[in-house]
Amino acid sequence: MKLNLKIWRQKNANDKGQMVTYPIDGIDGDMSFLEMLDILNEELIIKGEDPVAFDHDCREGICGMCSLFINGEAHGPDRAVTTCQLHMRKFKDGETIFIEPWRAKAFPVIKDLIVDRSAFDRVMSAGGFVSVNTSGNTIDANSIPIPKHDADKAFEAATCIGCGACVASCKNSSAMLFVSAKVSQLALLPQGKVEAKDRVLNMVKMMDEEGFGNCTNTGACAVECPKEISLDNIARMNREYFGAMISAE
Amino acid sequence: MNTFDSKIPAGPIEKKWSTYKNNIRLVNPANKRNIDVIVVGTGLAGGAASAALAELGYNVKAFCFQDSPRRAHSIAAQGGINAAKNYQGDGDSIFRLFYDTIKGGDYRAREGNVYRLAEVSVNIIDQCVAQGVPFAREYGGLLDNRSFGGAQVSRTFYAKGQTGQQLLLGAYSAMSRQIGKGKIKMYKRHEMLDLVVIDGKARGIIARNLVTGKLERFSAHAVVVGSGGYGNVFFLSTNAMGSNVTAAWKIHKKGAYFANPCYTQIHPTCIPVSGEHQAKLTLMSESLRNDGRIWVPRKAEDSLAIREGKLKATDLKEEDRDYFLERRYPAFGNLVPRDVASRAAKERCDAGFGVNATGEAVYLDFASACERYGNEKVLASNISGATKEEILALGREVVKSKYGNLFQMYYKITDNDPYTTPMMIYPAVHYTMGGIWVDYNLMTTITGCYAIGEANFSEHGANRLGASALMQGLADGYFVLPYTIADYLADDIRTGKIPTDLQEFVDAENDVKGRIDQLMNIKGTKTVDYFHKRLGKVVWNKIGMSRDEEGLKWAITEIQNIRKEFYEDVRIPGIVEEYNPEIDKANRVADFLELGELMAIDALNRTESCGGHFREESQTEEGEAKRNDKDFAYVAAWEYTGNVSEPKLNKEELVFENIKLVERNYK
Repeated sequence: MKLNLKIWRQKNANDKGQMVTYPIDGIDGDMSFLEMLDILNEELIIKGEDPVAFDHDCREGICGMCSLFINGEAHGPDRAVTTCQLHMRKFKDGETIFIEPWRAKAFPVIKDLIVDRSAFDRVMSAGGFVSVNTSGNTIDANSIPIPKHDADKAFEAATCIGCGACVASCKNSSAMLFVSAKVSQLALLPQGKVEAKDRVLNMVKMMDEEGFGNCTNTGACAVECPKEISLDNIARMNREYFGAMISAE
Repeated sequence: MNTFDSKIPAGPIEKKWSTYKNNIRLVNPANKRNIDVIVVGTGLAGGAASAALAELGYNVKAFCFQDSPRRAHSIAAQGGINAAKNYQGDGDSIFRLFYDTIKGGDYRAREGNVYRLAEVSVNIIDQCVAQGVPFAREYGGLLDNRSFGGAQVSRTFYAKGQTGQQLLLGAYSAMSRQIGKGKIKMYKRHEMLDLVVIDGKARGIIARNLVTGKLERFSAHAVVVGSGGYGNVFFLSTNAMGSNVTAAWKIHKKGAYFANPCYTQIHPTCIPVSGEHQAKLTLMSESLRNDGRIWVPRKAEDSLAIREGKLKATDLKEEDRDYFLERRYPAFGNLVPRDVASRAAKERCDAGFGVNATGEAVYLDFASACERYGNEKVLASNISGATKEEILALGREVVKSKYGNLFQMYYKITDNDPYTTPMMIYPAVHYTMGGIWVDYNLMTTITGCYAIGEANFSEHGANRLGASALMQGLADGYFVLPYTIADYLADDIRTGKIPTDLQEFVDAENDVKGRIDQLMNIKGTKTVDYFHKRLGKVVWNKIGMSRDEEGLKWAITEIQNIRKEFYEDVRIPGIVEEYNPEIDKANRVADFLELGELMAIDALNRTESCGGHFREESQTEEGEAKRNDKDFAYVAAWEYTGNVSEPKLNKEELVFENIKLVERNYK
């Protein structure tokens, strides 16, 4: 099929940037969206033009590296997929496709479609862990029985890939879904309960410092989340947060 | 100075590691603060090592080319991690895991290392659970297990089809904690492009900052390479797009021997290739073989009709299906090791029984699993008079709870529903058992330079068993390297910071700059991917699932030709000092073009078949791999001589004191 691509081009963080139009032909429905961009880039390189920079790595929907705001939606029109798992069969011949980077104050553009998501790493460093050293002498794994229901819920929260689609989709650029997924995972497990109060306070503090916005419960984040992380996590984090605030020493 | 001694401690196998640990030197906490360690790669091995070393008190400088340490490709591992916990009471033990791993690797791994791996496997599970890794659990709250290929016990711990993700996020969390404390300095979007050796010791690296394009110098008292495997030499593989051999190859060219490069793993269950523009292949976890049955049509005319779209898989009656793994290997059935399953699928497809339009696919069918689970559910829930469709629907729910994310992935990629029609799968490159040669301490032949995880030649011999890569990565990073590296660093407590303005750093940086400038100045007519794809086809066709003398000789010449053309005609757009991913790709492909030749040289030298290395000339009457223990029970450790086409072969004889070498039999 033939497509008309309108892609955000920006040389570096200081450049103003603009949308540029690229017609492309010979695209097959079985190709992934990123394979389509590979083809465009091969053409641009041969023509002597600068290829479009975009983040990607595993191309199987798990590393969280790929991003792209496609036709106004994080990871494009399909549900429960990352851009690398989005296939061209979801588009029609002759369609115009708008491709932009994640837009958020906390995610500055590095080049073209690539943004800097280090803010997520810093939020994780503020408390997204259980403080246990590697000794080989921790207690036997089966000495901590965990109800299957809790383990499954914790697992569901833990499947967050840290791609940032939630932030990009939110009108407030809030990172609540991302942060709450980690807070929930560890709050649901006995191993995480010991530090639960400090964790939620520290992670939320860092989240605010990084310039992410507040949550107004519109739920766009959960709709666009490629891993279908539930809004329940945000509710759980709020509960954890208020509990920690009230009982903090 | 290069040393080539495996340094396996003496004594009975079950005592080696503990005795050794008790006798190696330690570095006291105050001194650890004065010691820097560079770790390249943040996957299970590198991430675990960085976290563990920082917890101990060393100053760690960690590097990854991705935008966050959490992206390393360990994240994509699906099925599970082995550990000899024997929670199921099905007869598992450390010795059995050790035995299965040696046998699975077709008797081409070191006994001492493999036993240690089996021994620390139990600590890994304890450690990960303590970190909050949400493994799958039974209703009673205890950990659940499943089976993987090459084993007759259930020792695999898992978190749905995302075990690698959960384990990596555990290691990443541990790293994050140390990053927050300032004990790990994390260099993201940085790629190691050379090793700096001073007075015979690894003392630093030259890395390219991928955002600014500038070269940067980093010093340390030891350098650890945990940069993963080299599967992307095939272009199409289940590796991530950025996975590369560059860090490993650079240390090889500085003196580290590269061992058994021809041992590559072709995984049997991947989504088949669909077209020329495909950039990567996707794995469907081996865990699916717990419940999926692999088959092709019994009659070639049925296969033809399916290929032409005239017949559907579900139209075929039971007696017209050939469950070829169950037929050939009744004892292990669908759970034979990967090399065996891959070759069997290839054999059927080559004989004309393949399905899919290309003829290069076999079925992985869940219909009988859905029925079995559905019936169990009906009994357990006391449902009476359920119809067949209702039973199947109940069964599908169970299958979904076990493999939901994999089925969804398959559906999104192929647009086919695997709950109602069988999956189509075909073997694809997945893992590389070969890698940098290391001794028992995980040190390479360069003093102070270590290799861990998939980057080293590892404990998997000629074939890795499923769910053992995660085990090895974490074992190396959490429980082996932190001990063994202390014995070396104990000499460095008075060394002090190593300045980066030493001549060795200047020279190494100039070398890297020279190589990048050379590539930029070619200004040819073909893209980097063009050459990578050509290389990949040669490697897949001639150094893939089966190899022969003629093909390997041809591959060597052809790879030399492609390499020559690459240096005459590659085109890299843009400038050096900017974000320029084409330069990164060119640097990586330049190294793959050299490694590919070494793989062929190694495969040519090894005239026996073993594990993933199948030489046409060496097979039994039944078409199984035929080893030659008399001449080839050794590790082939290749030394760089200054000319990539003329590497020197060093042999490390493999000594088996606890396991008898016999023909590997899964029948």
